[in-house]
Amino acid sequence: MEINWRLARRRKALWARAAIVQAIRRFFIERDYLEVETPQRIPAPAPESHIDAIPADGWFLQTSPELCMKRLLAAGYPRLFQLAHCWRVGERGSRHLPEFTLLEWYRVEADYHELMEECEELLPYVARAVDLSDQLVYQGKAIHLAAPWELVSVKEAFARYAHLSMEEALQRGLFDEVMVQDIEPHLGIDRPTFLYDYPAVRGALARLCPNDPSVAERFELYIGGLELANAFSELTDAEEQRARFVSEEAYRRSLGKQPYPLAEKFLQELSNMPPAAGIALGVDRLVMLLVNAATIDEVVAFTPEEL
Amino acid sequence: MLPVGELKRGTALILDNEPYVVTAFEFVKPGKGQAMYRTKLRNLVTGAVIEKTFRSGDSFEPAHLDQREAQYLYREGDSYTFMDNQTYEQFAISEDILGDAKNYLIDNLPVEIVFFRDKPIGVQVPNFINLRVVKCEPWTKGDTSGSDSKPATLETGFVLRVPPFINEGDLIQIDTRTGEYLSRVKE
Repeated sequence: MEINWRLARRRKALWARAAIVQAIRRFFIERDYLEVETPQRIPAPAPESHIDAIPADGWFLQTSPELCMKRLLAAGYPRLFQLAHCWRVGERGSRHLPEFTLLEWYRVEADYHELMEECEELLPYVARAVDLSDQLVYQGKAIHLAAPWELVSVKEAFARYAHLSMEEALQRGLFDEVMVQDIEPHLGIDRPTFLYDYPAVRGALARLCPNDPSVAERFELYIGGLELANAFSELTDAEEQRARFVSEEAYRRSLGKQPYPLAEKFLQELSNMPPAAGIALGVDRLVMLLVNAATIDEVVAFTPEEL
Repeated sequence: MLPVGELKRGTALILDNEPYVVTAFEFVKPGKGQAMYRTKLRNLVTGAVIEKTFRSGDSFEPAHLDQREAQYLYREGDSYTFMDNQTYEQFAISEDILGDAKNYLIDNLPVEIVFFRDKPIGVQVPNFINLRVVKCEPWTKGDTSGSDSKPATLETGFVLRVPPFINEGDLIQIDTRTGEYLSRVKE
């Protein structure tokens, strides 16, 4: 039988992917981060309105390793990273796979600004591992990786690119739609963009800004229109976190979604967690960017359809 | 009504009492936000194309279409003629309605013609079709990895990427849903 050409022709992308993953490991090891592997099947995922976990023998496949990583921070580990397979129900498109690879890293005594600086160092470091300089070309457009990157608050982004304000979009339930259609295509075009300070209702597990509790200290990193990473100054107030989980879970159940148990151990141990910042970066999309791939299918060994 | 997750390219639906077919379809999801399906829809009566974004949780009303078995006969300019296998009736269908199907039309190819209220609105070709390579560069010496590709022109004029070992005159199998090379056919 003839070799499977669809698989064979990804050779270049898979070699680059391996080099990128190895460079990520070197970057964090050089900075005294401990690499951990936490269980991929967990009893209680963090409830999120628009992210659904796949049930697995009474528990769930993780949608991110976040809760286990934070329990380790609370147990006294100051710097952690993990390369983890994660699963999310129904996410399949040119930039989505239902099983994908996340890089998460966490640092105590840091906030989201320090994670921005770390992103500015990580990307050029990894790009060099695949023989790129500080300039790369993604889908025909040149992107300069040299710091400082562009900083745009969510509120500014709506004012700049959308036909309605952030407040109006939230009120009318159009926040996500406007984000995808009018804002994201403009982000990270000639240099990477940090879209930061999300409205508090979009804060998930982020702490509220001490000077302005209407916004959460959360950012998303965009490069070449690709959403690459999501970061928080982590919420360490266990009571506030419990209230957010309870309300998210109630919302999920009102939509008829699979109920999750409350992540009790995480909530109890969160009060021991020092101030910290954490970030999740999509490794598949990072590879897309660095090998100039138009679709996520081109940078994985197998898509689900090929199994 | 059907859940929006069942939409795909080629799905016909009713929107504001007008029939449409999905011509482009993309799953998008902003960070931690709601999943959406961005579509382009062609109005089956007027031919106008609109953009519409559906959200996860939305539903749509499927349009009822008739399908008839037919075969491809010939082309004149941008008009392609097919014959209904049962009634022997002939239809001319224009290139813009054919879409990608025009890449695969060889004489007597069996197809299904999709009708909305007796008007042809699309042509479905078989998922797998064998076509002959009429033009491509010769084998690149030294490349045995099978990982590279080169362009090849098929008998229908369609150009696609094929592995380096494909030669002019080879018969190859195409997946018409993606327009990709699948394998060389042994003759």
